[in-house]
Amino acid sequence: MSSPAPSSAATSFLIIGERTNITGSPKFAKAVKAGDWDACLAIARQQVESGANILDINVDEALVDGEATMVKFLNLIAAEPEISRVPIMVDSSKWSVLEKGMQCLQGKGIVNSISLKDGEDEFLRRARLVRRYGAAAVVMAFDEQGQAATRDDKVRICTRAYELLTRRAEFPPEDIIFDPNILTVATGIEEHNNYAVDFFEATALLKRQLPHARVSGGVSNVSFSFRGNNPVREAIHTAFLYHAIKAGLDMAIVNAGMLGVYDEIEPALRGLVDDVLLNRRPDATERLVKHADELKAGGAGKSSTAGVRPAADETWREGTVEERLKHALVKGIDIHVEADTEEARKQYARPLDIIEGPLMDGMRVVGDLFGAGKMFLPQVVKSARVMKKSVAYLTPFMEEEKRREIAAGGSARPNGKILLATVKGDVHDIGKNIVGIVLACNNYEVIDLGVMVPAEKILGTARERQVDAVGLSGLITPSLDEMVHVAREMSRQEFTVPLLIGGATTSAVHTAVRVAPEYAPGVVHVLDASRVVNVVSALLSPAQKPEFMAEVAARQERSRTEFNTRQTRRPLLSLADARARKPVYDWANIDIPRPEFLGPRVFSPVPLTEIVPFIDWGPFFSAWELHGRFPDILKDPAVGTEATKLFNDAQALLERIVAEQLFTARAVVGFWPANAIGDSIEVYANEQRSSVVARFHCLRQQLEKPAGQFNHCLADFVAPRASNRIDYVGGFAVTSGPGVEATAAEFRKRHDDYSAIMSQALGDRLAEALAELMHKRARDFCGYGRGENLSLHEMIREKYRGIRPAPGYPACPDHTEKPPLFALLGAEAATGITLTESNAMRPGSSVSGHYFNHPDSKYFAVGKIGRDQVEDYAARKGMTIVEVERWLGPYLDYRPA
Amino acid sequence: MSPPTLPPPGAEDALRLLFASRIVLLDGAMGSMIQQLGFKEPDFRGTRFQDHPHDVQGNNDLLSLTQPEAIEKIHRDYFAAGSDIVETNTFSATRIAQADYRLEAAVRDLNLAAAGCARRAAQSAERLTPGRRCFVAGAIGPLNRTLSLSPDVNRPDYRAVTWEQVVSAYTEQVEALLDGGVDTLLVETIFDTLNAKAALFAIEQVFEARGRDSRVPVMVSVTITDGSGRTLSGQTIGAFYQSVAHAKPFSVGINCALGAEAMRPYVEELSQIAACYTSCYPNAGLPNAFGEYDESPADMARVLGEFAARGWVNLVGGCCGSTPDHIAAIAQAVRGRRPRTVPAARPALRLSGLEPLVVT
Repeated sequence: MSSPAPSSAATSFLIIGERTNITGSPKFAKAVKAGDWDACLAIARQQVESGANILDINVDEALVDGEATMVKFLNLIAAEPEISRVPIMVDSSKWSVLEKGMQCLQGKGIVNSISLKDGEDEFLRRARLVRRYGAAAVVMAFDEQGQAATRDDKVRICTRAYELLTRRAEFPPEDIIFDPNILTVATGIEEHNNYAVDFFEATALLKRQLPHARVSGGVSNVSFSFRGNNPVREAIHTAFLYHAIKAGLDMAIVNAGMLGVYDEIEPALRGLVDDVLLNRRPDATERLVKHADELKAGGAGKSSTAGVRPAADETWREGTVEERLKHALVKGIDIHVEADTEEARKQYARPLDIIEGPLMDGMRVVGDLFGAGKMFLPQVVKSARVMKKSVAYLTPFMEEEKRREIAAGGSARPNGKILLATVKGDVHDIGKNIVGIVLACNNYEVIDLGVMVPAEKILGTARERQVDAVGLSGLITPSLDEMVHVAREMSRQEFTVPLLIGGATTSAVHTAVRVAPEYAPGVVHVLDASRVVNVVSALLSPAQKPEFMAEVAARQERSRTEFNTRQTRRPLLSLADARARKPVYDWANIDIPRPEFLGPRVFSPVPLTEIVPFIDWGPFFSAWELHGRFPDILKDPAVGTEATKLFNDAQALLERIVAEQLFTARAVVGFWPANAIGDSIEVYANEQRSSVVARFHCLRQQLEKPAGQFNHCLADFVAPRASNRIDYVGGFAVTSGPGVEATAAEFRKRHDDYSAIMSQALGDRLAEALAELMHKRARDFCGYGRGENLSLHEMIREKYRGIRPAPGYPACPDHTEKPPLFALLGAEAATGITLTESNAMRPGSSVSGHYFNHPDSKYFAVGKIGRDQVEDYAARKGMTIVEVERWLGPYLDYRPA
Repeated sequence: MSPPTLPPPGAEDALRLLFASRIVLLDGAMGSMIQQLGFKEPDFRGTRFQDHPHDVQGNNDLLSLTQPEAIEKIHRDYFAAGSDIVETNTFSATRIAQADYRLEAAVRDLNLAAAGCARRAAQSAERLTPGRRCFVAGAIGPLNRTLSLSPDVNRPDYRAVTWEQVVSAYTEQVEALLDGGVDTLLVETIFDTLNAKAALFAIEQVFEARGRDSRVPVMVSVTITDGSGRTLSGQTIGAFYQSVAHAKPFSVGINCALGAEAMRPYVEELSQIAACYTSCYPNAGLPNAFGEYDESPADMARVLGEFAARGWVNLVGGCCGSTPDHIAAIAQAVRGRRPRTVPAARPALRLSGLEPLVVT
């Protein structure tokens, strides 16, 4: 017979986690009193993880400020999506604590409890408030005379409460949960012997007579006489629930981690417990006490006869060394890996056998799980860390072996050799490193040439090492052209291996339209690291390759056709027409703030602690290919667990970076008098405007817009010279410093790519956060920033006044606008940021841009531009048309000659 | 023989009659309409706030006092486009939101004036088309401070505002809106359910204090922030509904944040669980990367028309970026469609955290 105990009846029976109840959980009590909130949250989380459907929270204790503690703990829980996904039961004997608690619950929770103890009026007043707060209520079988112990008293009081609630408080009957008092049995007092039976019978009657109402109870009370004897207590709880659920109990407050199965209680004990609960014989208590003492004396105290306990964390350590290595790889646990590798080394003839055997077996599992979407990137990278540590441990032994038998070498024959590089002029490599790790995990040999790699070096190495494929990565737009260049060179040098294209700025369309036509043997765009293994394995398989490439070629052809038809479908406005549709401002009356200072001001170093609160975590997860919005992603059903782990790891490393000052953040901000001249901005040495120190050239939207919308250009946000008013523009350059790369390199040296990528990702986040922080200060320097309420404005995406567009991004897509900005700021001397030949910033974790203060200034995308604007822009900048076309390639609305 | 003449039904009865007979039209965006007028600081100030010590440009709610003709005109344009209900220009007219402009003292006047603008527009639309009923919904926005979320990542237990402050701010707004003669209250753009619960708590308290006859229908509308299908404070649409159902809302729906198409699964889910009328008034598409809305009236109308055809909605309209043209197109698209039938709710204990828990 299958047991109807809670573990198998979870669909209808609800478990209310009790460990966050201070009166029943000494561990929780201790943590609350010590103010150890992390421990409190861990207990709550453990309850939910163990299957609690609802969480009971009770902080009633003489020395604890109940209201403040309830509010604090509920607020903390609200920030923990893994916990707050379940409804909360606010539990207190004090009404004021219950009321404070309800004011913290966005969900519909339960109040535990209200009763007729203080009379009908107070009962109804509280019930109406509970309803107005939007909660359900536990109603105790308690009245002006006291607690109901017998079946009939329980039913009488509950029925009276039900009538009052439904008739006089308009309380929905389905929101009433009765607690008819689970009282302690086996106390030795004869009147107590029938308490369990009273409860079972009352439950059955209430369920039958009071429609839609529910019955609950706090189970641990029943076994109070057996304090200190957990095996017996668990058996009593399990048996009690078995009988109570049969009677109609809907939910119970129990320790979610300690529930047993009725059928699995040791039969002798079960019989004795049932005798007590069902009051089957007068000496039932005596017999159970005797048995319990024997159990205790027998030392069976720890392991339960009743419970099915979750496997202890360390049981995997009991397996064979192969099993342990595999487990460590799949779970990404690196603490034992060196000891396990050493153990394996003693068993295996050669170190290589370990790599080819258990290690590769483990990584195959990882690869399969990742491919099937059952593991996520951060886990894979952790697995790789374990693998690398093990291999690093074995390497000296392999070298030793080689030395000893010079000719007896051999290697784990890789699936293939892949060359990876971030192209010339670009320094961004997080994505490329991730691809490298994923490939390595799948037993490809990866040759990673790093960042800023010129075409000659890529092709030279490819030839020399006889690689099976070349992968190019890039983040900034000029990298797209560099990729086209590499493709052309590969054709010229008659390469035949496939070319893979990836990175944030790349796209399937660009690859199809611009890169693929340059290299006939095949160019494949790889969307992200999760696709790379499929692509590479197809490309390197003689059987699959022809079909795969035919498919890719067909898709690219479709892409090109679509692109070309789209080109012809939406004509652009002429530059003159676009300019005629610029926004018109009343320059005589517009507010132009004068900054507190003119010229550059250096902030170096900026304390990291000031930057951290400005971090936007959303893009951090994208860097790890976990997609979703922060903080929702932490509770996403698919990736939530991994995202949370990743986030915790990030917090830990961030703490270290801050504490040990591993990064040095620097910033420079400046303001200058300026006026717009057409679509360009003149920057003056002083407010006399006698000498021009720089000119910024801006691009205007040319796509036709609906009536009433403007064709924007950044210069529109600056007062034109003809307005006779002095305006001001600002500029900034900020960086997380060279410490980012240094820290990453340090981790890589220790075979910890996971932490290496993590430090790069944090470097990027800190640079963006520093840009946000400096923009806040810049707005303050201009006056209008004071009195902003930023965090919440950000939250609901209401923009503050002012923008900080960055050269190379949509409002200002030309990277060549960076050098004049850097010169004006003295950015290199102030911050150490340098520009590559593609105008990428180095260190990579850097941000630069302009400040505009105009009240209507906003971000926009320039979008496609026509030949007429390119000609005009080239003339303004003093560049050739070909040069402009090269820098603005992806934005051109036409094929350049 | 002349037909028997009955007194016209009261506003609430008329509203219920309207919802029973067809799909009802709400208005579109107020903000983008105001933006087109290009008001500058002096326009926002008018004469009354000429010497106000703080900039007020961008405080759209202030225009009900300083540019009432302009606000009334926008309402009239929406009624002319086919709206049955317009929302008062009071999205941020609370003590907490107005603190940004140091205009706490003007909150009651803002709400009274806004209700007046909408009321006058309704009356003039009713005069233009004899027999037509036009309704005014008092708009109650989400606040810029939230009860469920900490603005400080390092102090997750910190809250920038208390329950009492939120309830008292909403109470002040609700009192003024009711005094201004709104026909219904609309708690909208909810991104933190706890703020909404405080608003509903305040409304219930005001009704109780003023007596039974003061009651007006209360509509509720939540904002699903993105494709994860959750509110900003983390709830699923099902959890959200269980969290506000105790207030017995007249309608519950989804607005803002997403375009109509992206709302589809949540509108469908809500239409299946809500034991009251449902509403949907999306933005005019997803904002592009720069915060502009560019979905055309035809596009928006096509999707909302389809929701109507599937029987998911009782009330439709537009949010950010939508215009009278959008409303006219939506009105056309839902014309003749049967309104959604409200399903009978089976009594069950329905709870929620971030996710719903229904005990059957």
